Amino acid sequence: MPSGSLMRYPWVERYAPLATTVLVLIAIWYVAAIAMNLSLVRDAFEREETAYALTDMISGTLSAKRPLLPAPHQVAAAVYDSVFGYSPLAPRSLVYHSLVTLTATLLGFVLGALLGIVLALMIVHSRVLERSLMPWIICSQMVPILALAPIFIVVLGALGLHGLLPKSIISAYLCFFPIAIGMVKGLTSPEPLHIELMRTWSATSRQMLWKLRWPSAVPYLFASLRVAITISLIGAIVAELPTGAEAGIGARLLAGSYYGQTIQIWAALIASAVLASGLIGIVGLVERGVARRMGAH
Amino acid sequence: MDPRKLRLGFLLAAGAIVIALLLSSGPRAPSLMSPPVIWQATAGAGLLFLCAAWLADARSMTFGLAGTALAGGATLAMLRNPAIAGSAGAGFWMLVVAAWLASALCVVNLAALRPVRIDRQNILNILVPLLFAAAVFYLWEVGVRGFGVPPVLLPSPSAAAIKFASSLPMLGADFVQTFVRGVLIGYAIGCGAGLLVAILAHRYAFLGRGLLPLGNFFSALPLVGIAPIMVMWFGFDWPSKAAVVALVTFFPMLVNALTGLSASGHIERDLMRSYAANHSQSLSKLYLPAAMPFIFNALKINATLALIGAIVAEFFGTPTQGIGFRISTEAGRMAIDMVWAEIALAAVAGMGFYGLVALAERAITFWHPSYRT
Repeated sequence: MPSGSLMRYPWVERYAPLATTVLVLIAIWYVAAIAMNLSLVRDAFEREETAYALTDMISGTLSAKRPLLPAPHQVAAAVYDSVFGYSPLAPRSLVYHSLVTLTATLLGFVLGALLGIVLALMIVHSRVLERSLMPWIICSQMVPILALAPIFIVVLGALGLHGLLPKSIISAYLCFFPIAIGMVKGLTSPEPLHIELMRTWSATSRQMLWKLRWPSAVPYLFASLRVAITISLIGAIVAELPTGAEAGIGARLLAGSYYGQTIQIWAALIASAVLASGLIGIVGLVERGVARRMGAH
Repeated sequence: MDPRKLRLGFLLAAGAIVIALLLSSGPRAPSLMSPPVIWQATAGAGLLFLCAAWLADARSMTFGLAGTALAGGATLAMLRNPAIAGSAGAGFWMLVVAAWLASALCVVNLAALRPVRIDRQNILNILVPLLFAAAVFYLWEVGVRGFGVPPVLLPSPSAAAIKFASSLPMLGADFVQTFVRGVLIGYAIGCGAGLLVAILAHRYAFLGRGLLPLGNFFSALPLVGIAPIMVMWFGFDWPSKAAVVALVTFFPMLVNALTGLSASGHIERDLMRSYAANHSQSLSKLYLPAAMPFIFNALKINATLALIGAIVAEFFGTPTQGIGFRISTEAGRMAIDMVWAEIALAAVAGMGFYGLVALAERAITFWHPSYRT
């Protein structure tokens, strides 16, 4: 471990490895960008038959218009430009596309969470459903559900549904599973001792649910919600691919891949990363707030 | 289950069959029950339901299931008649209701059974979901064909199955392209690299502390979005799919394996040190075995992720082969039965892959408490 004296400070010890790794990754990214775009730039120079030096080539690789791998600062500039360069509702603005995807994600997330919780409640209260439905819920996850996305779009389109709802249904279908599984686990997590105590008070099954099962399921609920919200985002993005949707992060990815706009693809990826971490952060904040209200320390 | 409720349920089912028979003896009788076999099967189903209602205990399940099979078979045979398919009358639907009611009663009853012997319990655990699925497929088939739902919206399962059977060579080629080339190769690369990096990060703590937050961050990202870039780099054929799969599977493996490698207890580590074991020895004897449950967890998560990644990558460009390619083109041509055949293929491949990983897990981590019941 380098420099024992600096590592005395806790924040250095905590963030130094992360910062080093990130810096190394960015450095690798730059080297890779130069290496991958080199032949592209060399071809361009040789076509124009101008004399060039190595430095010209390197600066060319880092500012190419359609590079194989754009340099980090190009991506950052593209993100900055498409976020602040246009009004937020212009179709070239990344904010607009992120909002389109975000609404589909949130609607799908809410639908999926409700479906998952209702399924879990039904499964916990009915042995028949537990035995007959649970194996199929698990099996449904081994099926690449995203493969269903185009059909969903076609079927719902034939029924006259376009735009937001089909995308949200796909996200909901993707994200109900972790919630259902987590909630079944959580609702059955109270200890037998506590359940027996509730029985001695002759609690009805509804009282048992609200006073014992639900509170003990809350930590499980949030753990699954955190997983589910990213899955929901993935679902929304992928659902935008086969539809040829005009707006949304998925549409930006598709358009970028059709027209060879690599920088646009990377900017859309950054936008999705920001969305994902923001959504996880919000779920984490709500979780902390709820935990405090419920008396956790 | 309460025998009175059971008796009532089977009586209702028998009543529905009687109504169906009465309705079919009207002017449209020859069209509904034209071959006498169907009439006999229906009447037999009614009798079996009556027997089940009379017994109203565990034995009635056999009669109920036999009756359900007869009634269900009768409705399916009726659907071969073009006069019924698409415009089925009340008599037909009464029969369907009877079959559904009896099968629901049987499933509920079987699920409520608590046999003492463990092997019977295992059989039951498989039988109940299978019966449930059979009932769902039956209702799907009968509903789609009885109401005449246009096949563009939702094909009947039998149509998809026929399509599946008749286009086996094409499905086989798609399977090889997507699964054998894209998924398996990418899965091996991604999981292998994830495990290697995890071992390195476990050896050098500085690297580990830098990589763990990054790994957590990246495994929460919608990484399938990288697919268009990979298609641009590696071309339309399988290497780009394998690259997407490798990337998607890398981070879950890294995070899980890193957690698993530090899961061994202090006592075990001290023991290794007291044996003067060097790092590779403790790695192979202690750290890796202790990490196996976590590694298999990642392998199972990745089994699903890999298939999804490969199929999504195919939406961005493929040679004219592959499950994802076929799904998107056939959906565009409104050949929905072919799409469902491909989905069935993907489902079977996904479940088979997952099942194999789960079997390997059982064989390798047999010592884990969750398998020693």
